[in-house]
Amino acid sequence: MNARVRKRPERLLAQPANIMLLLWMIVPLAMTLYFSTQYYNLLYPGKSAFVGLENFGYFFNYPSFWTSILNTIVLVGSVLVITVVGGIGISVLVDETFPGQGIVRMLLISPFFIMPTVSALVWKNLLMNPVSGFLAWVWKLFGATPVNWFADWPLLSVIVVVSWEWLPFAILIFVTALQSLDREQLEAARMDGARGLAIFRYLTLPHLARPIAVVVMVEAIFLLNVFAEIFVTTNGGPGDATTNIPYLVYTQALLEFDVGAASAGGLVAVVLANIMAVFLIRLIGKSLTER
Amino acid sequence: MANKKPNHAARLLRITASWVVALIIFFPILWMVLTSFKSELDAFSMPPHFLFTPTLENYREILARANYLHYAWNSIVTAGGATVLGMLLAVPAAYAFAYHPTRKTKDVLLWMLSTKMLPGVGVLVPIYLISRDLNMLDSKTALIIIFALINLPIMVWMIYTYFRDIPYDILEAARMDGAGTWQTMFRVLIPVSRGGLASTALLCLILSWNEAFWSLNLTTTSAAPLTALVASFSSPEGLFWAKLSAVSTLACAPILVLGWLSQRQLVRGLTFGAVK
Repeated sequence: MNARVRKRPERLLAQPANIMLLLWMIVPLAMTLYFSTQYYNLLYPGKSAFVGLENFGYFFNYPSFWTSILNTIVLVGSVLVITVVGGIGISVLVDETFPGQGIVRMLLISPFFIMPTVSALVWKNLLMNPVSGFLAWVWKLFGATPVNWFADWPLLSVIVVVSWEWLPFAILIFVTALQSLDREQLEAARMDGARGLAIFRYLTLPHLARPIAVVVMVEAIFLLNVFAEIFVTTNGGPGDATTNIPYLVYTQALLEFDVGAASAGGLVAVVLANIMAVFLIRLIGKSLTER
Repeated sequence: MANKKPNHAARLLRITASWVVALIIFFPILWMVLTSFKSELDAFSMPPHFLFTPTLENYREILARANYLHYAWNSIVTAGGATVLGMLLAVPAAYAFAYHPTRKTKDVLLWMLSTKMLPGVGVLVPIYLISRDLNMLDSKTALIIIFALINLPIMVWMIYTYFRDIPYDILEAARMDGAGTWQTMFRVLIPVSRGGLASTALLCLILSWNEAFWSLNLTTTSAAPLTALVASFSSPEGLFWAKLSAVSTLACAPILVLGWLSQRQLVRGLTFGAVK
């Protein structure tokens, strides 16, 4: 059979995946777009009507909306800084072989595999409870007054929990990336008298440039969607102190049944994500063409 | 002062620091497991009890009263189902992308990646309403489809990078022997890349097992997986710490072990092949 003719049907093998993803993306997104222009509350099903941009207006004048955007940015930003800086430090620390290195690495990446509801509840109760939590005991050990984490520092507490979940991811990626660092080059630099800091600055850091970018982008995708950790610990509160965009949309949609407003909020999240996505696509696209 | 011999004190310090950091990071998990073997009274005691008489009471209680097995079964079915469905969609797609690329293949791959960036809340309302209208709220089928689709881009990418590493000559040789597309795929490609396919499936399993946005929003009881069962322990203050720990330990243990076994391969999938 002619080779050219044979090639065509095989390309169709990608179609099921393509079509499913297209449906998953386009249909709901179009519906969200449509709903965002409607007055539509599930409690009053018969009453839907076109309201133009009113839902967006409602959101932009709603104080919690701006708080939630700010909270989202603070949460994503601080977790990124903590995990990237901490991840680089720890992966450099455990890079040279030593007895028990395998076990140390296993321990380090473990939190990544814990489901978010578990992480959040273990931290909130077993560790951060102001009366009987483990941290309260540590604080007392040093003669300090235990911190009432989730009541007094709610957003910080959420940041701690989420950072604990994502630090292992950064470590895992950086440790793997460091393994491909040229050992001979490292030895040569050492022979020439380069000290630790210089090696880090001129060899390690440039080598990690792409892994850092990848970690930032991949984490950003997931961090924009943090939901379960807030859902089981603070319910977005006290007040709206820990309400991020996903949580705000959830309250609008499933607690207040306001489909229109929730859709408008969802679109804001999509726009925010797209701003980040543009950078990621460029980054990954570059790595694809490099080979 | 160029030190030629390795400085033993510095090395020892480094090793100690590594262990200390690792133990601090692992501590919450260790503490959770320890608490799961305490009585509720011990779990809540201050100062914390490091030595205590271990009890299996919490596990017994969880299995008997909290209906743990029902939720565990839901987790197994939804995560397992999503993995199977995802692989069925991803393997043929990756095959087409790797061996029969068109000029648009690169764009399609990047587009797939971009769907991963669509935040769940952006489509929460329509998915909720569609599920409701199709009578699929609180249904395992809905979760299987959703989990498969949110992981599909990662799976296609991961398998694509594995396939790309396989020399085309092997496939060509099979072709010469008269094997068709399906035969080539099942007799040659899949056996040769089974390691990569296994780690892809594992990654999908882990991510689906731990997924909490859709499972919390689309289920109530009959299809609720373990993430939702754990979430139900969120309200009472300090009353059920030992039981919460027991449920959590049971829910996380299998995935933690799978994660340990496959850490190296997961990097490739989680970074879309950008870091190997």
